[in-house]
Amino acid sequence: MELLNNLALGFATAGTVDNLFYCFVGVALGTLIGVLPGIGPLATIAMLLPATYKMTDPTTALIMLAGIYYGAQYGGSTTAILVNLPGESSSVVTTLDGYQMARQGRAGPALAIAAIGSFFAGTVATFLLAAFAPPLAEVAFKFGPAEYFALMVLGLIAAVVLANGSVLKALAMVVLGLLLGMIGTDVNSGVARFSFDVPELSDGIEFVAVAMGMFGFAEIILNLEQKESREVFTSKVTNLMPQWADFKRAFPAILRGTGIGSILGILPGGGAVLASFSSYAIEKKISKHPEEFGHGAIEGVAGPESANNAGAQTSFIPMLTLGIPTTPVMALMVAAMMIHNIQPGPQVMTSNPKLFWGLIVSMWIGNLMLVILNLPLVGMWVKLLSVPYRVMYPAILLFCCIGAYSINNNVFDVFMTIPFAILGYVFKKLDCEPAPMLLGFVLGKLMEEYLRRAMTISRGDWSVFVTRPLSASLLAVAAILLVIVFLPSIKSKRAEAFAGDD
Amino acid sequence: MRIRNQRDFWAGVLFIVTGLIFMVLSRQYNVGTSAKMGPGFFPMALGGLMALLGLMVLIPSLLSKAEVLKVTKIETRMILLVLAAVAVYAFALPKLGFIVALFALIGISSMASHEFDLKTTVISSVVLLAFSWLVFVKGLELQFPFLPTFLTNN
Repeated sequence: MELLNNLALGFATAGTVDNLFYCFVGVALGTLIGVLPGIGPLATIAMLLPATYKMTDPTTALIMLAGIYYGAQYGGSTTAILVNLPGESSSVVTTLDGYQMARQGRAGPALAIAAIGSFFAGTVATFLLAAFAPPLAEVAFKFGPAEYFALMVLGLIAAVVLANGSVLKALAMVVLGLLLGMIGTDVNSGVARFSFDVPELSDGIEFVAVAMGMFGFAEIILNLEQKESREVFTSKVTNLMPQWADFKRAFPAILRGTGIGSILGILPGGGAVLASFSSYAIEKKISKHPEEFGHGAIEGVAGPESANNAGAQTSFIPMLTLGIPTTPVMALMVAAMMIHNIQPGPQVMTSNPKLFWGLIVSMWIGNLMLVILNLPLVGMWVKLLSVPYRVMYPAILLFCCIGAYSINNNVFDVFMTIPFAILGYVFKKLDCEPAPMLLGFVLGKLMEEYLRRAMTISRGDWSVFVTRPLSASLLAVAAILLVIVFLPSIKSKRAEAFAGDD
Repeated sequence: MRIRNQRDFWAGVLFIVTGLIFMVLSRQYNVGTSAKMGPGFFPMALGGLMALLGLMVLIPSLLSKAEVLKVTKIETRMILLVLAAVAVYAFALPKLGFIVALFALIGISSMASHEFDLKTTVISSVVLLAFSWLVFVKGLELQFPFLPTFLTNN
């Protein structure tokens, strides 16, 4: 029973006082930023990344950062249900039926079902992670440079296909990200590329500065353009317990949401947001009472909330087994590992089994903490919503600035956030999604490196990518995805699936 | 000619220009051969791909069947205030220290809001200062100049 031994090791690692404490800090922070609209897990993790330099054990750092990500999925539903505002982008669809339930005086059951669904999904996803990560890592050991290059192409294409909006623009954003990733010293020749003799640029642009600028600051400016109006149902959260009838309707939705979320989470670019949208669409489609959706159908809360939590957790699978981040949040996790000199990839499981299994088990423990944090203590989080945005955003700016400075103890990285904030703002105005760019940025240098190695081995023969079966099949899937997405019938369906995501 | 889809048009322009800039800049680096790629190879290829994609975004935006989409108003004042706050913070931090930088950041950025009021801004600055000192200086032991250098003599 290797799995049991591994899980035991995980429990021993995650169960230390330090790790339990930071797991709690992570999920509590995650809930906090999940509840607060206008700040997401990406900016928060970027902000806290420098703080993890101080931690002696990288496991502790990853446990905390992971907690922020899945914790935010819990917190986001609270705001969606009580205020009709998505606390997180993955809770957008929860506003549709969750808020209607609150208006009918059923905020309690809505919150409870969201938390129970999330917990169930989190538990299943943890087991999936534990069961499927080891065999996947085995496959990854067979990968050569050509396969890694092909895998990254597939990852980026999938991220584009699954992103919201125009495919062409998303592709261009990926390429822009790859190009920005080129800035800095070329490892093979030692040439400082595109650095304009700025010494700080010869190390490349800091990922954290890019993420903060494009997601943190640009988002703040966009939020400021809209005047706020909030109607909070605080006093009405009295009876938390759902009725038996609620359970009976919600449980199948939770099961389906968990399944959809787990699968979509593994796919590149998928993650929590796509999972919740797809789950809602499916629930509405197969429901016997589709007319109830939008008027307080409990399935519309149960499905998406389970799906986003499952997706958040299974998106760790490609990062932990292949070493390839498939969402911007995972890119930050990779950065956190690199800070501690751990090269992410299939070898992590064997070289750092404590980190690997400790992280997985911590997710289950974290989910348990989250149920307690979010159900009995829901009133406390709701009070936070009375903090107006005009007080909140300067604080977010400040924490981001402190975080950016602490990467290298240099104000250069603070200055670097400014051009990326402008870029992020302009791209948002032009309907270009910044997430694919960020993925390209992270993978840029790696992709170039694998391409070079593959071509050196093949002595300049490009056919190596199609003659090796693994590489060929990965590229074939990427090509099929691209063809499918440009088919007219799929194009309109895709637009439909993303409708309402604005 | 009327540009029907302005968002696609300007996105296309932006992609083409950036792609071309990267291609031109890549010319100063050795491109090499496919068996032995130089530092210029990958960026050159990507720059070309990007310009091509930009063209594919731009052209349909001019066609008569393109959806009419305007670029919504750009709030220059808000962008300037928020980003100026960040810049002033970065300028002030090394010499004038964190306390001064914090008040400047919160003060300037707060003015970007529709509902700025001085009292709230001062109170939240003080609260944030106390919080930052506790969490970042004492708790996480991050290193940054707290007081102005002329007060600490180093």
